[in-house]
Amino acid sequence: MMGKKDLKTYAENTWCPGCGNFGILNALMASIEDLNEEDGIEPERFVLASGIGCHAKIVDYVNVNSFYSIHGRVAPTISGIKLANPELVVIGHAGDGDAYGEGIAHLIFAAKRNINVTFIVHDNRVYGLTTGQFTPTSPTGFKGRSTPKGSPEEPFNPLELLLSAGATFVARGYTAHMKRLTALIKAAVRHHGFSFIEVLQPCFTFFNTYKFYNEQVYDLFDKGHDPKDLGAALEMAREWSYGMDGRVATGIFYQVQKPTYEERLLGERIPVGMNPGRLEAVLKAHT
Amino acid sequence: MAKRVGIEVSIAIAEAAKLARSEVIPAYPITPQTHIVEHLSEFVASGELDAEFIPVESEHAAMSCCCGSSAAGARTFTSSSSQGLSLMSEILYIPSTMRLPIVMVVANRALSAPISIWNDHQDIMVQRDIGWIQTFAENGQEAFDLTLHAFRVAEDRRVSLPMIVNIDGFTLSHVIEPIEILSQEEVDGYLPPFKPRYKLDPKKPITMGPVGIPEVYTEAKMAHSEAIKASKRVIIKAWQEFADMFGRQYNPVETYRCEDADVMLVTMGSISETAMTAVDKMREAGQQVGLVRIRLWRPFPSQEFRRAAGKAKVLAVIDRCLPPGAVCGPVGAELRSLFYKVPGSPKIFSFVAGLGGRDVTVERFEEIVDKARAYAKKRPRELFEVIGVREK
Repeated sequence: MMGKKDLKTYAENTWCPGCGNFGILNALMASIEDLNEEDGIEPERFVLASGIGCHAKIVDYVNVNSFYSIHGRVAPTISGIKLANPELVVIGHAGDGDAYGEGIAHLIFAAKRNINVTFIVHDNRVYGLTTGQFTPTSPTGFKGRSTPKGSPEEPFNPLELLLSAGATFVARGYTAHMKRLTALIKAAVRHHGFSFIEVLQPCFTFFNTYKFYNEQVYDLFDKGHDPKDLGAALEMAREWSYGMDGRVATGIFYQVQKPTYEERLLGERIPVGMNPGRLEAVLKAHT
Repeated sequence: MAKRVGIEVSIAIAEAAKLARSEVIPAYPITPQTHIVEHLSEFVASGELDAEFIPVESEHAAMSCCCGSSAAGARTFTSSSSQGLSLMSEILYIPSTMRLPIVMVVANRALSAPISIWNDHQDIMVQRDIGWIQTFAENGQEAFDLTLHAFRVAEDRRVSLPMIVNIDGFTLSHVIEPIEILSQEEVDGYLPPFKPRYKLDPKKPITMGPVGIPEVYTEAKMAHSEAIKASKRVIIKAWQEFADMFGRQYNPVETYRCEDADVMLVTMGSISETAMTAVDKMREAGQQVGLVRIRLWRPFPSQEFRRAAGKAKVLAVIDRCLPPGAVCGPVGAELRSLFYKVPGSPKIFSFVAGLGGRDVTVERFEEIVDKARAYAKKRPRELFEVIGVREK
C-alpha cells in the first residue's frame, strides 16, 4: 500500500505561499493514492506531463513518471505518450497562458480526437512565471504588466470551447475545494476519452481571486444538473463568462461515452509492446 | 551631451524603441526579454509613445503581426528570446526576403532541453541564416545605440531588410548600467521618419509575398542575398554618422590590443568585456595576446575581419553554442571558411564556452589561450573543445 509520503519528491517547492497550485498538487496526490487503492492503478503507470509556467513545477513534486514539455505543447506530447502505450494513465497539466494561448490549436484537436487522456488546466488567469501579464482568460480591463490600461479583449470561455470541440468529459474545479477537486480528477481519469478539467486557481501574487471565487463558486451537483445533456452543459458553461461578477459553477458539466482515438487508430495493438510502467526503457529504445 | 543615468538595460532598450517612435509593437512575454516589452506597453499606456502595443497569443503570432504591420507601412518593433525566437522561426525567413524592415531585440538565451532561462547564443545561431542583418551588443550603452542604429539601417531604402540586435539575456538585459539616453531631438536628427519602399496602399495596390515559381525563386533569393551583402556599406555609414553626432564609434569588427599579438581571442557579445580584462592580465604577464570582437554578424564582415585578425598566428574562437555532431562551433566554422587556403592565415581553434548561463571567467580565457598555443604546436585530436565542463 502506498501513502502520500511515497508520492513526494526531494524537489524544493518554489510556488509562492498561498498559491492555488498547492490545492491542485494535493488533490492530484490524493487522486493517485485513491486510484491506486480503489482501482489498483500502480503509481508507475501514471505519466504526468507539463508545459511551461508556474503550473509546470508540479511534475517535479510528484514521484511518478513525468515529461516536462514546452510551452503550449502538452496536448500533442501526451497524445504521443498515450498512442505509444495506451496502458499508461496520462495526465497533462497546462496553464491558461499555455493551453489557451500558444497551445490552443493542440487542445482543440486533442478534444476533437477524443484521445483517452486527462488534461488539467491550472487557470489563474494571469502569466505568473513572467510576473503578471494578461492571458486569454483574464477579464476585460485586466491591468497586467502588458496591459497597463486594461485588457481590451473579451476573455475566452474555455468550457464552451471544449464542449464545442468534442471533449467527452468537461469539468471545472476550484483549488480551495480540495475534496471536490479530488473527486473531479478521479472521475476524469476513470472517464474513457478526453477529460478536460479547468481548475480555477487564484494567483496570490499577481491576481488574487480567492474572495470572488469563495463568494461565487457553487457545485452543479447541488443544482441537479444532468451531465449527459449537451444543451444544458453549454447553458451552464455560458452562465459565467470569465468576468469578475456572476455565479461560477463547478463540477462535471458534461460526460458521454464515445470511441476513443487510440481505439479507432490502434484497436487492441500496443505499439511499444512492452510492460506498462517502464517508460524509461521505452524512451531508451526509441532514442 | 546628455548625462549618463543608471538604468536597467532592458528599460534603456525600451527607451530606444520609444525614442525611435515605434508605431506598432506586437509582443509575447518570455524571460529574459519581458522587461523590454513591458516597459514599452507602459509607455503606450501612459501616452508617452503614440503606438499600438499588441499583446499577442504567441511569438508565432507576434512575428506574423510584425510582418503585417511593416507591410502596411508602420515602424515595427518586437523582442523575443530562446524558445520564443524558435517559435517565430517559420515566419522569420519571410520579412527578410520580402524586405520588411522590422527591428527586433533578441535577449539571447539557451534552448531546451534541459530547460534553461540563462544566457548563451544557441537561440540566435539556430536563426543564423534567416537573412536578417544581425549585430551583437557588448554592454548597455551599445544595446541602446545599436537599437537606434538598427531602425536607421533597416529602413534605409537601399537596405530595406529586417534587423536583429542581440543582447545577452540577464548579463545585459537585467543589469543596471550607466547609459547615456539621447534626447528626442537628437534621435529625430539621426532617424528620419519611415518611408517604406513598398507598402500595402489602397491608392497603389500591390501583391506581397506571391508564389515563387522555379523560374523566379532563385532570382528572389539572389536579390535578397545581394541586398544584405550591399547593406554593409550603409551599416558602416550609419555608424559613422552616429559617431559624428554622438561621439561613440562602432565598427563591424573591433580589436583590442591586437598590435603584435600572435594569439587572438575571438568573441561576440558581453563576454568580450571579460575577455578584455583577461587580455590585460595576460599582456601584463608579457604574453602577446589580443582580442577581436565581431559586432556585425550578418552580413559577415569578411574584409574587416581579415584585416583585423589576418596577421595573428593563432585564433582562439569562442562560440556560445554547442552544435552536436558538427565540425566546430558556428563562429569557428565561419572563420575557418573565411581563411580556407588563404596563404599565411592563422590557425583557428574552436572553443565552446558559457552555455546555459555558465560564467566565462578571466581564468577561462587564460586557459583557452594556453590551449590554443599548445594546439598550434601539436594538432588537437578534436576540432572543437568545450571549456569548463565539470567532471565531478
